[in-house]
Amino acid sequence: MEHITFLVTVVIVTALAFDFTNGFHDTANAMATSIATGALAPRTAVLTSGVLNVVGAFLSTEVAKTISGGIVDDSLVTPEMIFAGLVGAILWNLLTWLAGLPSSSSHALFGGLIGAVWVGAGSHGVNLDKVVEKILLPAVASPVVAGAAALLATYLAYRLTERARERSVTKGFRLGQVASASLVSLAHGTNDAQKTMGVITLTLISAGALGHDAGPPVWVIASSGLAIGLGTYLGGWRIIRTMGKGLTEIRSPQGFAAETASTAVILTSAHLGFALSTTQVASGSILGAGLGRRLAQVRWSIAGRMALAWLVTLPAAALVGGVAAGVVTHGGKLGTALVALVGAALAAGIVALSHRNPVHARNVNDTHEVTVRPAPSAHAGTAA
Amino acid sequence: MSIDWSALGQVALVSLGVTVAVVVVFAFGVLGLARVEEAREERSTSSPLGTAQASLCFLACAAVVAYGIYLIVPQFH
Repeated sequence: MEHITFLVTVVIVTALAFDFTNGFHDTANAMATSIATGALAPRTAVLTSGVLNVVGAFLSTEVAKTISGGIVDDSLVTPEMIFAGLVGAILWNLLTWLAGLPSSSSHALFGGLIGAVWVGAGSHGVNLDKVVEKILLPAVASPVVAGAAALLATYLAYRLTERARERSVTKGFRLGQVASASLVSLAHGTNDAQKTMGVITLTLISAGALGHDAGPPVWVIASSGLAIGLGTYLGGWRIIRTMGKGLTEIRSPQGFAAETASTAVILTSAHLGFALSTTQVASGSILGAGLGRRLAQVRWSIAGRMALAWLVTLPAAALVGGVAAGVVTHGGKLGTALVALVGAALAAGIVALSHRNPVHARNVNDTHEVTVRPAPSAHAGTAA
Repeated sequence: MSIDWSALGQVALVSLGVTVAVVVVFAFGVLGLARVEEAREERSTSSPLGTAQASLCFLACAAVVAYGIYLIVPQFH
């Protein structure tokens, strides 16, 4: 184990921390609509999703062979840059979570890496046309496709069942939601956990601890799976509220249609080799499902804020990653420790801010708003 | 830079088709279920037609789910 230096250890810990934020940031993708319609109790939903994410992590043998899929020049990437990029991604994930905004964890990771490589190795280390092909295009296309599919499916589901007893219809679609939400979780585990495994494996290879074509050791698979599973189980309740209640009030036929659309888009694109963001697909589906039910209210202001968050995610994470890379590459071990400390302090600060108006399993469905301001005094006593 | 428009179109069409098909079939299953429950609770009879419709539709959806799991799990292919 003499190859595992201080820096490599720091990178592994940071990668697992990112994996953890990835988990709780994305619980909403699979489970928000099921929680909102009551198809699954909140705790059951996050437990199911967490377990399926761990299962998915162990199932995916096709671990990412590149850190970024060609967006940055992997041969120029050093563990320092990976560390800086991960710090940028983690901080952006926490900030959007605080605001209750579903933003793409993959975009945050790519953004952080792009910023870190740009500063650490120069602009030639970033392949801008790959950024358009792998990030921009799917980011625009996938939510539109998912939204259109969910819209049409929701409309048809309501038309077909409008004469039947509402009680039976609601119950039937709720049962269906359990299956569709579970599929989204499983697909998520096979996709997102392997990104972290890829990052850790490539760091170990670059440090000489593993051979060049080595796959991830079992402990890497296990720790990545557990980190994402634990994060998922913890539940990003703030984001779950926005996606289940904030965009539109979801009912069970809409929830089923939205989850089916998400699953279909995620699986077909994965099959045809498109990288996409689960978060954006799920948000598009939910919007479409909202538009597909007559008289359903879609809160465009929240949709607008989400769209803005999507646009900003990559550049913002890139900025933080770039600054961190500057400190790490020029400051050596001291710089690395400094970035780690400042990052941890900022993360702790964001978590502390979230306690001023916490969202958890018991109050997730109470309202549609996620705010940072303290709750009104009437609730202050109960919101412990 | 080469954008693979035909693959993109394929994703769009297949996703749209599969989603609509699954939801419509499932909706028919729910209709069958509603018929069974209505017969049982309001007339205390059974509804063989409703049962058959529901089972057939849910079975079809289960098959799609199984295919989805097959696609997700790399060990299967």
